[in-house]
Amino acid sequence: MERKIRVLIAKPGLDGHDRGAKLIARALRDAGMEVIYTGLRQTPQMIAEAALQEDVDVIGLSILSGAHMGLVPRIMEELRKNKMEDVSVFVGGIIPEEDVPALLEMGVTAVYGPGTATQFISDEIRRIVLASEEE
Amino acid sequence: MKNQIDVNAVLAGDRRALARFLTAIENETASGRQTLDAVFKRTGQAHIIGVTGSPGAGKSSLVNQLVKYFRQADPSKKIAIIAVDPSSPFTGGALLGDRVRMRDLSGDEGIFIRSMATRGALGGLARTTSAMAEALDAAGFEMIFIETVGAGQSEVDIVRLAHTTIVVEAPGMGDDIQASKAGILEIADILVVNKADQPMAENAVRTLKAMLELGHPIVQSAAERLHHRALAFEAVEVTSDIHQNSEAESWQVPVLTTISTEGVGIQETAEKILEHGVALKQRGEWKKREAARLQEALHDLLIQTFLEKWQRESSSDFVQAVIRDMLNRVHSPHQALQILIKGQNK
Repeated sequence: MERKIRVLIAKPGLDGHDRGAKLIARALRDAGMEVIYTGLRQTPQMIAEAALQEDVDVIGLSILSGAHMGLVPRIMEELRKNKMEDVSVFVGGIIPEEDVPALLEMGVTAVYGPGTATQFISDEIRRIVLASEEE
Repeated sequence: MKNQIDVNAVLAGDRRALARFLTAIENETASGRQTLDAVFKRTGQAHIIGVTGSPGAGKSSLVNQLVKYFRQADPSKKIAIIAVDPSSPFTGGALLGDRVRMRDLSGDEGIFIRSMATRGALGGLARTTSAMAEALDAAGFEMIFIETVGAGQSEVDIVRLAHTTIVVEAPGMGDDIQASKAGILEIADILVVNKADQPMAENAVRTLKAMLELGHPIVQSAAERLHHRALAFEAVEVTSDIHQNSEAESWQVPVLTTISTEGVGIQETAEKILEHGVALKQRGEWKKREAARLQEALHDLLIQTFLEKWQRESSSDFVQAVIRDMLNRVHSPHQALQILIKGQNK
């Protein structure tokens, strides 16, 4: 049986704009992945808990509030507590260019800003998941 | 190793190990099957509750409220939820969105929620939903809620799996002829009209009650239900030592109203679920439903295994040639079958 890639799409923090998150969720669905969508205003604990129960390969975070430098380290910490370091984390939304290196340093796999083609994102996710399996 | 499943950790309540076990089952891996075999003796404890109904009727919200209620009523009782959503027939992808309605349940270690896609199955569940429920049962979850895909009229697989089936309707479901059709309304042990604050709610309740008055659908036993689906073998019927007296025998399907976003009607629904569980046990029906479920599972495995055996043993070129003949209308599908069965193996 073909192995399905499972992705959690989550919106941490307090901004209420989830169009981007829904767009990505839909695009990954159309790319043949199983996407678990958790909805708005998720705490870092809620995201890590959902990722654990759903045993996802990838977590996509959509953050538009500017709070990414506060939220992302807490989410990475929660994932470490759950021993889920092997899960790849992607960040999308409004992320200033100068914050990207720091996010990557925290363990984020990639940052996708506005305008990134959804096809590119789904191809990247597939490539990274398959590569990690061969390890 | 990512693919190894730690059975002891699963049984000890390690959530990460359990999550991986569920993935292995869903992907139908050898290690998943072996682990299921190893824990099978521990299963048969949980009360499996199916929640089905049309898309948007409020299944997820209702499950959210019910589980919250049961956890508050008895914090020692661990509860699992399997939420099934459809896979795309075109891409195989899926958007699993039931967790959105279940955010009240996060942060509670006594609850485990797992979303799953149907992966091509059509009966309202995925092929491995039953096996996943078994794993959760073995892991010590005393209640397992299974939310089906948004169901139409004939996605009734849940009745083969659940002890208690709840059918959720929203107001505006159609007239009494719709309610009298065979299928989804027949399988209900409990009927719930959700969104009871909407104007058509009273109508829906009246229609459903009228439908029930015409004849209660659930008077037949599980063993009788088996006969309506041809199994690959003659079903073994379990007899219960409990003597069936007519008083305890018939379960009256209740029609309840809820407003699940506000928690209205939840306590009554929860109590009916427990009552139904007790009634099943009193009537010896619980065992019969288990027996029906396990035999259905064996039937499905047999079919699947024979199919895989046939696939291994037949040459793809030969099969392709026969199919082409069928497409050119040289052979009918039934003739093609005869040729395939007789024909040239590898």
